[in-house]
Amino acid sequence: METLTALIIGILTAASVYLMLARTFMRFLFGLILLSNAVNLTIFASGRMTKGHPALVPYGADTPLHAVGNALPQALVLTAIVIGFGLLAFSLALGFETFRRTGTIDTDELRFAEPEEDTQK
Amino acid sequence: MSWVLVLPIAVPFATAVFAYLARNTPAGRWISLAGSVLSLIASAALMVAVLREGVIAAQMSNWDAPFGITLVSDYLSAVMVVITAITGLATAIYALGEIPEETERLGFYALFQVLIAGVTGAFLTGDLFNLYVWFEVMLIASFSLLVIGGGKDRLDAGIKYVALNLVSTLVFLSGIGLLYGVTGTLNMADLRGAVAAADNQGLITVIAMMFMVGFGVKAAVFPLFFWLPASYHTPYFAISAVFAGLLTKVGVYALMRMFTLVFVGDVGFTHEILIWVSLLTMFTGVIGAAAQMDFRKILSFHIISQIGYMTLGLALYTPLALMGGVFYLVHHIIVKANLFFVAGLAKQYAGSTDLNRIGGLYKSAPLLAALFIIPAFSLAGFPPLSGFWAKYLIVKAAIELNMWFVTFVSLLVGLLTIYSMTKIWGYAFWKPHPEGYDPTPDRAPPRVTAAMITPIAGLAAMTIIIGFFPEPFVQFAQTAAMQLLEPTDYVTTVLGVQP
Repeated sequence: METLTALIIGILTAASVYLMLARTFMRFLFGLILLSNAVNLTIFASGRMTKGHPALVPYGADTPLHAVGNALPQALVLTAIVIGFGLLAFSLALGFETFRRTGTIDTDELRFAEPEEDTQK
Repeated sequence: MSWVLVLPIAVPFATAVFAYLARNTPAGRWISLAGSVLSLIASAALMVAVLREGVIAAQMSNWDAPFGITLVSDYLSAVMVVITAITGLATAIYALGEIPEETERLGFYALFQVLIAGVTGAFLTGDLFNLYVWFEVMLIASFSLLVIGGGKDRLDAGIKYVALNLVSTLVFLSGIGLLYGVTGTLNMADLRGAVAAADNQGLITVIAMMFMVGFGVKAAVFPLFFWLPASYHTPYFAISAVFAGLLTKVGVYALMRMFTLVFVGDVGFTHEILIWVSLLTMFTGVIGAAAQMDFRKILSFHIISQIGYMTLGLALYTPLALMGGVFYLVHHIIVKANLFFVAGLAKQYAGSTDLNRIGGLYKSAPLLAALFIIPAFSLAGFPPLSGFWAKYLIVKAAIELNMWFVTFVSLLVGLLTIYSMTKIWGYAFWKPHPEGYDPTPDRAPPRVTAAMITPIAGLAAMTIIIGFFPEPFVQFAQTAAMQLLEPTDYVTTVLGVQP
């Protein structure tokens, strides 16, 4: 299971780097989605993958009855997914607004903040 | 005791809520101002508590460390929180003059207060994953503040800023995941022992490098700084001042924290890399600034160059060097935010920030000229201003280690900084105003000018005070450095405290 997860993380990261090297902001964002999934899997896997019961304590007891799975990485991944989702929504809106105002999201053509003639003065 | 640690974070968040509710009325800006004053009081209370007890910690929701989230403050955290509140207050006043009403209605003050809360949280947390969350709070607020008010250049800058910062966050996050996999803990004080006890030290060094890259992008060190000069010259001046003052310093703070508290197993390797990174950061930053002809672009490149001094203080890893690094951090936030404020007022008076299109400010705005001199010369390291003592400590530490090349580069970069500052002085202040460019596009009402010049004068006064009476500040930085190098107090306070 660990080997398989490691392979998936590797493939996701490789694909995301390929996408992020593209000039278009949309492709970059797709790469970012894949990369954030790869990172989430990394966190999930580093909590050790074991068979176990859900980390629930029955009503009235102080400790769980069976050996439970590690719940902390799941909490971390959940947080990271939520935050990642918010940031992605913002980035998509930013990309869309940029396209609407400037007509391009090709990063080679996006030179409004640093015009070329700046350096020749 | 825990309220002292919670209030500096809670006050800006509460202010943000009220400022958002009142965003359509003029009350919004006054709520923001009042909230900033309250933040300053809360951070002063924290500083008093830290000065009395050394290190204070609190466990959130009564979950004992290392399982729950810990808030902890030593000298370094406390001074960073105070300086954040001061910068926040200065910006809140400045924004009264600069920010137009339509931007206020978009929720400018709410976003600004969330940014301050995020920065403060990052300084106070004692939990690595919580640090990630604060970074994100800070990032999402800074993304919005960067593009608020629209304009093609802001959107363009926003794309570059967002893209590189998101990648760095993911590198940082996967570092957290791997570190948790190796040690099984995320509490920073607990990590110190767990990392030292880990059997695979090679893997720890790899993870340390991931943290260095992740924080390095935030701190804008060589070769990861490209997002900074691409974006910092586009937003409102109030915003670029608070970005320039605080955001990159959060990266530096995180580097200082992690590479003194946790990753100290292989100092010869990790800190050696940091030395070279720092030197290249200092040099490329100052050379980049020499090529620019825009007020804010020059200042942006100088942020990069000055970051190098701070990380150099960490990289040399002696008590004196770290003391210089802490002193530099505090001095730089005041000075750099102030220079961006001055740039905003210069644009108000002369109509542009392009040095070729402005001039004659010495004649038309003598008070501004006098107020520019103070932070500019402090940045370059002229005695007796605060920058001189900061540079002096770092250079002295390098000389004590017999690192002559490091000493040479530090002094050379100081010299080149003077070149840039005199360039701004010569073009913007001394040169007569070029013909064909309107000197006063919209003469601002005195209320606006007063709101903008008050924080400039206040921060300049602080620079002078630190410069003429450096003794208490140096002693404070010394204690902070000792706490960083010998974090036994930090560790026992966090792990042993009863909720």
